[in-house]
Amino acid sequence: MSMGLLRLLRGNKAATAPVARERLQILLAHERGHRGQPDLLSLLREEILAVVSKHVTLDPTKVIVRLERGDEVSTLEVDIEVPNDIERKRVAVG
Amino acid sequence: MSKVLVVTSGKGGVGKTTTTAALGAALAQRGDKVVVVDFDVGLRNLDLVMGAERRVVFDLINVVQGVAKLPQALIRDKRLENLWLLPASQTRDKDALTEEGVRAVIADLRSRFDWVICDSPAGIERGASMAMRFADEAVIVTNPEVSSVRDSDRIIGMLDSKTVRAEKGERVEKHVLITRYDASRASRGEMLNIDDILEILATPLLGIIPESQDVLKASNVGTPVTLSNADGAPARAYMDAAKRLCGENIRMSVPSEKKGFMDRLLRRRAA
Repeated sequence: MSMGLLRLLRGNKAATAPVARERLQILLAHERGHRGQPDLLSLLREEILAVVSKHVTLDPTKVIVRLERGDEVSTLEVDIEVPNDIERKRVAVG
Repeated sequence: MSKVLVVTSGKGGVGKTTTTAALGAALAQRGDKVVVVDFDVGLRNLDLVMGAERRVVFDLINVVQGVAKLPQALIRDKRLENLWLLPASQTRDKDALTEEGVRAVIADLRSRFDWVICDSPAGIERGASMAMRFADEAVIVTNPEVSSVRDSDRIIGMLDSKTVRAEKGERVEKHVLITRYDASRASRGEMLNIDDILEILATPLLGIIPESQDVLKASNVGTPVTLSNADGAPARAYMDAAKRLCGENIRMSVPSEKKGFMDRLLRRRAA
């Protein structure tokens, strides 16, 4: 059956405005809560960088902090690229 | 008593400059003395929409920096003797807009005009924050579209925290003006409707400007839309909005080209 005919049988499904409304309500409720607060991600990134840097020499541009928001839980993903000669450096220091 | 009104939106291209010119002209047509001030330093366009682009000699930055006196920079409208324009600079960068300089210019304008209407640039950077900084009232221009509504919400947050009035614990009186509204698409559920937008933004409505060819035609010839086609739907909507700004209680409607049916369908009271 063609898409056009399917759409015709299902009735008018062009009402996208309710979707827009719901997306906006969820998004703005979240954004209003965070307004005026320091950016959580850059704060986390800085502190994680500071902790790891105590022990390992890092390239600050190779530290990536990402927050994926889910309905139930969110995931915080921290991706730190560590140079391969880390063990040797630790031995040299220790 | 004079009022400083900022026309703002966050998002670009929603109709701030069109609205500034139209409301400025509408208020001047009512007999008030009005100045429209372009804060979009580097990307000025209010002069073009007002049809005064060839008459600009000095600009807002010249006045802020003391290079020119305010009366030298003010351009009087050729159609309405109560309407004046203070253009933005096209060349200098917006860091030239110092808070102290803007404060002095706004204070001077307040003493000369009933309405000081500040046309904000898009965005939330210095130009936009300076345009709203000394405002008593704000018109938030919003299109019935998700990105515009989100940006309006952000701007409302700034009006409530970053203005001189907000810092003194006073309120900037805020109004939402919905532009490019298509009542038939909204009724088919293809476009956010007025109630959705107002509920989300929780801010009273100043007016609804219908999508219309008049707006482009007016800017083509450099005439505020309230003057270029005074009987057209957007002109009537802007005239009503201007009356509401002056405190008149005007029934809310979406003026349409086919007057009658849509008016009855969308009858609403001003918030």
